[in-house]
Amino acid sequence: MTFTQMFTSSVGKKLIMGFTGIFLVLFLVVHAGLNACIWAMDGGVMFNRAGHFMGSNVVPRILEVGLFFFIFLHIIQGYMLTLQNRSKRAVGYAVNYTKGSKWYSRSMAVLGTILLMFFVLHWKHFWVPSRITGVEEVTLPNGLQVHNLYAVMQSTFQDIWVVVFYVIACMSLGYHLAHGFQSAFKTIGVHNKRYHAMISTIGYGFAILIPLAFAMMPISFYLHWVN
Amino acid sequence: MAHNNLNLKLKVWRQKNANTTGAFVKYDVNDISDEMSFLEMLDVLNEKLIVTGEEPIAFDHDCREGICGMCSLYIDGKPHGPWQANTTCQLHMRAFKDGDTITIEPWRSNAFPIVKDLTVDRGAFDRIIQAGGYISVNTGNAVDGNSLPIEKAKADASFAAAMCIGCGACVAACKNSSAMLFLSAKVSHLALLPQGEPERKSRVLNMVAQMDKEGFGSCTNTGACEAACPKEISIANIARLNKEYLGASLTAE
Repeated sequence: MTFTQMFTSSVGKKLIMGFTGIFLVLFLVVHAGLNACIWAMDGGVMFNRAGHFMGSNVVPRILEVGLFFFIFLHIIQGYMLTLQNRSKRAVGYAVNYTKGSKWYSRSMAVLGTILLMFFVLHWKHFWVPSRITGVEEVTLPNGLQVHNLYAVMQSTFQDIWVVVFYVIACMSLGYHLAHGFQSAFKTIGVHNKRYHAMISTIGYGFAILIPLAFAMMPISFYLHWVN
Repeated sequence: MAHNNLNLKLKVWRQKNANTTGAFVKYDVNDISDEMSFLEMLDVLNEKLIVTGEEPIAFDHDCREGICGMCSLYIDGKPHGPWQANTTCQLHMRAFKDGDTITIEPWRSNAFPIVKDLTVDRGAFDRIIQAGGYISVNTGNAVDGNSLPIEKAKADASFAAAMCIGCGACVAACKNSSAMLFLSAKVSHLALLPQGEPERKSRVLNMVAQMDKEGFGSCTNTGACEAACPKEISIANIARLNKEYLGASLTAE
């Protein structure tokens, strides 16, 4: 049994989806936690400081490389799995079987595609200016010169269509997680009924709370709840 | 109980063999007792077709007691028809109303090629079993069953997995045509028992390899298989299969 054989088998492909999925779930916690600094009501001081730490400290920068690697692995493997699985039934049914499963469990590729479209826009809004094209700097009360990402957020979320698209993406994320969270743990082998019930409950909670927190960010700026 | 006779319209998939393309053909069946089984209703239709000189509809069946796994049929968008935890042979016509149109399709999967009409070749399942769904026992006297201590919970879980009759409803129900529920039931059944322990690792590796070779899709845990299974095999078996496979991949020589 070689490593290649394992990861190219039908179970192995799912293991890649599961492991990368769990990594991305952990990333969401970090991302939501840091972004929640916008609600400190201090004009973005805490948020810009957190952003500066993530951009300048070596540990997050190394994790960022892993994040991009895993996110693209998840996307590419996901599309490949979808295409392969679709090809396994050359002649389809006249009446599809939809009662046995949830619509979002069957629509992971569509929800993922919405998320990919969101990522492209999201990177254009924040990652590209911060890393490549440059962001206006601001001086923190402690004298540190940092990127004013808070101001970038403020200006980005003045456009209602951007806010609407971000909220749609958050809803897609919620449904993607509603299936993906518990499915990832099944894939890595959690078959104990009690643990699985617990993981499912946590998964549904996560799928509601995290996207809700993200969706509230553009809404907060658009409605001037934070300034 | 009141006896009712039903008049029904059927849309049945007819296909001469694997090399031809098939199509739906409409039939009217009248005066069907609601106490008949679904297969008896098809028998009545076939007798009528024979009398009129038409080719009868081919469909698989054997025990007609819900235990052999031979009957199939994808009825009105669900394997084995509208009832839960039920095989087609145990589906009765009282599940339908007078005037209903019933759509009958074969199991759809590239790994289950159509032989004729509603009959598909499920030999892929046999080859998966041949790849590892057994235990090797040297000749000699049979050991007294009670001399092997087995934890009750494990014996029960193993028995629940062994309930799988290999009908293929899981593959037919899955949007990915995945055979993972079938395979996981067979792997779990033996992995939970001491008799299955010696070949535990090679079994799961070989059976997954054979499943992939047969052209089934990958599982995405949608749960459709579990919902359609006539024997209510739990999807938890798939999680156990994943664990068995991961463990065996990392530790097998």
